[in-house]
Amino acid sequence: MRVAVHVNGRPYERDIEPRMLLVHFLRDELGLTGTHIGCDTSNCGACTVLLDGKAVKSCTLLAVQADGADILTVEGLSQDGRLHPVQEGFWEEHGLQCGFCTPGMMMLAVELLQREPDPSEEAIRHYLEGNLCRCTGYQHIVHAIRYAAQKLRETRESS
Amino acid sequence: MVVTRIFGARIKRREDPRLITGQATYTDDVVLPGMCYAVFVRSVQAHARIRAVRTDAAQAHPGVIAIFTGRDLQEKMGLIPTAWLIPDSDLKTPPHPPLAVDRVRYVGDAVAVVLATTRAAASDAAALVEVDYEPLPAVADPEKAVQPDAPRLHDDVPDNVAFHWKVVNGDVDRAFAEADVVVRQRMVNHRLVPCAMETRGCVAHYNKGSGELTLWMTSQNPHIHRVILSGILHLPEHRIRVIAPEVGGGFGSKIPCYPEEAVVSFCAVELGVPVKWVEDRRENFVATIHGRDHVVYLEVAARKDGTITAIRGKCYANLGAYLSTAAPGIPTILHGLMMCGAYRIPNVHYEVLGVLTNTTPVDAYRGAGRPEATYYVERLVDLVAAELGMDPVEIRRKNFIPKDAFPYTTPTGLTYDSGDYERTLDEALRIVDYAGFRREQEEARRQGRYLGIGFSTYVEICGLGPSQVAGAVGFQGGLWESAVVRFHPTGKVTVLTGSSPHGQGEETTFAQIVADQLGVPIEDIEVLHGDTDLIPMGWGTYGSRTTPVGGAAIAVACQRILAKARQIAAHLLEAAEDDLEFENGRFYVKGSPDKAKTIQDIALAAHLAWSLPSGVEPGLEAQAFYDPPNFTYPFGAHVCIVEVDPETGEVKVLRYVAVDDCGRVINPLIVDGQVHGGITQGIGQALYEWAVYSEDGQLLTASFNEYAVPKAHQVPRYETARTETPSPHHPLGCKGVGETGTIAATAAVANAVMDALRPLGIRHLDMPFTPERVWRAIRQAQGPGGIP
Ligand code: FES
Ligand code: FES
Repeated sequence: MRVAVHVNGRPYERDIEPRMLLVHFLRDELGLTGTHIGCDTSNCGACTVLLDGKAVKSCTLLAVQADGADILTVEGLSQDGRLHPVQEGFWEEHGLQCGFCTPGMMMLAVELLQREPDPSEEAIRHYLEGNLCRCTGYQHIVHAIRYAAQKLRETRESS
Repeated sequence: MVVTRIFGARIKRREDPRLITGQATYTDDVVLPGMCYAVFVRSVQAHARIRAVRTDAAQAHPGVIAIFTGRDLQEKMGLIPTAWLIPDSDLKTPPHPPLAVDRVRYVGDAVAVVLATTRAAASDAAALVEVDYEPLPAVADPEKAVQPDAPRLHDDVPDNVAFHWKVVNGDVDRAFAEADVVVRQRMVNHRLVPCAMETRGCVAHYNKGSGELTLWMTSQNPHIHRVILSGILHLPEHRIRVIAPEVGGGFGSKIPCYPEEAVVSFCAVELGVPVKWVEDRRENFVATIHGRDHVVYLEVAARKDGTITAIRGKCYANLGAYLSTAAPGIPTILHGLMMCGAYRIPNVHYEVLGVLTNTTPVDAYRGAGRPEATYYVERLVDLVAAELGMDPVEIRRKNFIPKDAFPYTTPTGLTYDSGDYERTLDEALRIVDYAGFRREQEEARRQGRYLGIGFSTYVEICGLGPSQVAGAVGFQGGLWESAVVRFHPTGKVTVLTGSSPHGQGEETTFAQIVADQLGVPIEDIEVLHGDTDLIPMGWGTYGSRTTPVGGAAIAVACQRILAKARQIAAHLLEAAEDDLEFENGRFYVKGSPDKAKTIQDIALAAHLAWSLPSGVEPGLEAQAFYDPPNFTYPFGAHVCIVEVDPETGEVKVLRYVAVDDCGRVINPLIVDGQVHGGITQGIGQALYEWAVYSEDGQLLTASFNEYAVPKAHQVPRYETARTETPSPHHPLGCKGVGETGTIAATAAVANAVMDALRPLGIRHLDMPFTPERVWRAIRQAQGPGGIP
């Protein structure tokens, strides 16, 4: 089946098997391996991407369901060589160790901060419910998201 | 000029840019032209004879390239070895074939491998492989497995006991006979699944022309994997290149040498095409090692004043169906020898039976034996305190090894390097406001709320370790570490380390060591690891050894560089070596700091070699193989405050304070991260995680739906603090911190829950403290009347 999508602003068209999952499409067909696979039961969130601005677990969607969509993956987060504030936050606050959960965590954080510019620690922790990290104990991820929130608010205010 | 010291600085990690931009290469990201995919057919039976494996239908499936069964490989591959052969324990190492031949012994045991052009074709075809099983009785429980009528797993291990190990010192019987109080308790330290977020996997490529096998794999120790694979595959070691690319967490589960990577390598050689295998999560739950899993009977003798005089115990350690790589050493050397904890307990008798059962093999999971020891000792200390009506803080103070007793030799034969246990406890008490909490607890109890506080004043053995000791305890390898520090002509530095970090941040902390020692800007230093063709022999990352051993090797290599650089500097400055100062990367003659040669000047001069002192070779590079004189012993005091809801049995962690002493700290940000992650795994064991087997050996918790890895909202905000007691024998004073959180936390949470339940008369509960278990215990304690 034919699938046409925009990923990180670039158009792609591919002929694929109907049963192909979106995460495999991104990784295997488009070579965008920044999106990871951590489970087969849609529990871990390592595969989280933004689909038309909404965070989705790309292992729970067929690629054909994404036909016509605008997808953002970790590879598209930084712009003109400048890190996205969420990326900056993860770097500054040591929000990652092995980095495997990180792309999914960051994509979810981007969505959260679009909805809620100043989330409390409690709100962040609850928002992360569908994303597992085995390394960090989450505290520095929370700090990273708080950092990004602050940064985004500052940019918004100054513009 | 004021220079901020880089050693000890909270700097952000140098490995992060590639990880936060999606540019890192994990094993599953490696794609080779013409690559095919392997999928394993796994036993669904816990114990069965294999009557036949029928592959015809699978073979006919489109895309299938080859199928191998255990019988096909029997003559062509060696067995999967056990590499920790503990002495004096009547150890038996039953044969572990790479694929099961005539018998499967646990659910997940690999029976056949299917290779096909796509992953989907390989898994479709694998489903078509028919295995004809004759089911046999199975046993999953270690206490049942040693009964005379239990099913036998291996013909050459008639009682399912793979080893019987003990450590005995002092007059234990007398201590018990003379004790004012004896406390006895059976405890279960239940089975866990490591659950690194990246599952295992590998990509194997064999070049027929050169005869070199390249294996990208999820490894914590590529050199160990290379040497073991060389034996299994009958390939010379120097023709195997093992690369650990980005590795998505390990926690011990990527130490062992498993069947799959060996079989995939064999297939790549045999078929002449690259082969990829990536475990799916369900497979990871059954095919990658598990951790912990003890049943233990403990007794402790004490005097009225709280002095503990002896500890005695017998541990049934469940090892699963085969002895995984390091399995025998975990419940013995890394566990039994730590049974006295931070306390001056003079008499000890501890026995461990290593028991084979029809379950996934058990090996090192973060802390590996030490969290179990800490849990037992810390629980016992609390039980004695409760028996004597003593405060848990007071009994700890009473029994601590005092700070002037170091180096202190334990009755189990270890020598703790340094410590000041009371100081970490005092600091923790100050942070939690202990007296204040006890008042609050009183008040809460009056309102029917159950608050509890729990302590874990742990000490751990890490920085594994002196090679001579490794040999003496049967570890089939050395435990030193290698380092190369290499200046380039332009003054940039490449560091090679035999450690193999996979999230612990040593690309940063090791660069900090080098920057500090050589006065080179940190941006000019690159740390490389995880490639056996590039890196000299090294032993990898586990046992909190990376900084204490790998970091020390780097420090030693830096010293060698400086010694040579000094010779060259003296020559260039026309001065005597002894007259030179070295500061911030510059050599100058004492008293005239303006006339200086920078280390970069010297690197260039060394490479040009136009004018070197006589007898000095060109180049500026040094290698070190550092073998530590002793282990390191980090310690600390963790305090947990919980509330138990008597209506639902739910346990909520309200506060968690960790005061750790891991010697000198290179990067506090990274140390905090290690502590947070470790505590979370420790809390996970106490409250959420539990690998449950049915009586007949089916794993009932084989996905994240049933196996509860802690989520962000299930753990509290941690309050961390530190004291610094340098290790006296380490060149930098470091002790290591990778496992402390996990080692300490489980006991702290358990003691807190028990403290909360004390008014109900509940003395001990086994973990995990799930709402159901706690609720039942409360109901039972209250008798038929039920909830008050
Ligand atoms: S891969 Fe785990 S939720 Fe998608
Ligand atoms: S950083 Fe390793 S799983 Fe989150």
